[in-house]
Amino acid sequence: MIGPDGALAPERPSLLARAPWWLLVLALAAVLIGWRVVTDALWRDIASRLLDGLGLTLLVTAIAFPLALGIGLFSALGLVSRNPLLRQLATLYVQVVRGLPVLVQIFIVAFVLVPLGVEAANALGAQLSAQDVPMVARVIAALAFAYGAFEAETLRGGLTSLPRGQAEAARALGLSRWQTLQHILLPQTFRRVLPTLGNDLICLLKDSALVSVLGVRDITQEARLYQSATFRYTESLVLLAFFYLALTLLVALGVRALENRYRRHAA
Amino acid sequence: MPPEPATTPVLEARGLTKRFDTLVALDAVSIAVAPGTVTAILGPSGSGKSTLLRCLNFLVVPDAGEVLFERAQINPRDDAALNAHRARVGMVFQQFNLFPHLLVWENIALAARLVRHLSADAARKRALALLDRVGLADKADAHPTQLSGGQQQRAAIARALAVEPAVLLFDEPTSALDPELTGEVLAVMRQLASEHTTMVVVTHDVEFARQAATQVVFMDAGRVIETGSPAQVIDAPVTERARRFFSLKSAG
Repeated sequence: MIGPDGALAPERPSLLARAPWWLLVLALAAVLIGWRVVTDALWRDIASRLLDGLGLTLLVTAIAFPLALGIGLFSALGLVSRNPLLRQLATLYVQVVRGLPVLVQIFIVAFVLVPLGVEAANALGAQLSAQDVPMVARVIAALAFAYGAFEAETLRGGLTSLPRGQAEAARALGLSRWQTLQHILLPQTFRRVLPTLGNDLICLLKDSALVSVLGVRDITQEARLYQSATFRYTESLVLLAFFYLALTLLVALGVRALENRYRRHAA
Repeated sequence: MPPEPATTPVLEARGLTKRFDTLVALDAVSIAVAPGTVTAILGPSGSGKSTLLRCLNFLVVPDAGEVLFERAQINPRDDAALNAHRARVGMVFQQFNLFPHLLVWENIALAARLVRHLSADAARKRALALLDRVGLADKADAHPTQLSGGQQQRAAIARALAVEPAVLLFDEPTSALDPELTGEVLAVMRQLASEHTTMVVVTHDVEFARQAATQVVFMDAGRVIETGSPAQVIDAPVTERARRFFSLKSAG
């Protein structure tokens, strides 16, 4: 596994070894599945059902991930704060959220925290019922909180890995704490943790399937509904897997392109 | 105590004391820097030179003593006063510490824009002019990692100058450079000195101190042992400790 030069992979693999065979296998599968969809009415039917749920899967991911990044950034700043109260609060959040299965968190947010929040709002004079908070919003909130804890740890690791001289140089120029953070530390942190962020985005995209347990009609829920009506398990699951793989591969390629743009002049 | 200089010192430290656990890094150190002069701080490793320099802009906060800028005491716990003080007292580091995510000219323009509130256009013009001054006009659009160590340090000097500080602190500016590259950095510093830039330089380079310094401060074990002109301190030290240090240096 580890070569005589200490490298994990050979430094200059041959063209044959370098070619992305794995991608070719997937592309081949895509062609086969695509051919079935085009020629077979049943497969076409399933595909169009899944397409109905695609928007929701993307919506949940596209809203939950930026929220998770925001929560994670706040918590990361708490984790490295010199204020002990902030540090303890941030640690409490990260440890609690990281220690619970995402599925359990979704249940807790949807059926405990949201009703409690509605009650609290009503006590303050609002006139709401729990039904006014759509399930999809509850699920987005739950995923954002769950992934905020991961992002907090990721960003904290990135922030603390920067050489101390960077902050020193910025402060010595007269930049304020916030200017130092905004213009010097966070841009470098972001570049460093980009691969991890991409990984987390893929995980979140996959975990968005959990929304189906609340009946939110994402692609997983559409597949399940189709199965319970037709008992066509194989076809719908193959197509469902294909949809997720296409999405995660797109994200992975996008993140890699972004990485390459930054890597050329990384410190 | 050093004798009171004739002109008002621009930067002054009085009775600075700093402990790291049980180590006394600075023991009631006082120095005064007159405007337009070059102060060289010399001494063996671990004598507190860098700690003293870092106390002058509060990258190290002293346990006791005070730092004065033009006779006004600076309170490091007052964020606004601290930032304003640092904008007037620039610093050049041993490891350059350029910002790797910014182009060379952006490194220099950033502080001019954020601290001196120059427009983006004016900040870029200032950056290009400063790069020209340190001989790096052709490197403006390079990334810091593409520069040699000497070039990085010259860019770092330009960056420090971009906020138009009244005093420039140098923390062993050539110690991370191989001998072939120290010359170009020292040349820039000599040029600054000849333009009467006020500088405080922590260095191991006795030759540079002899040629460029107006005032030499010799430190050992957290104390100032001797202060005076290079001719006094380097060539005719009165203390046994300084004599030993400088004879070793010139012999080596």
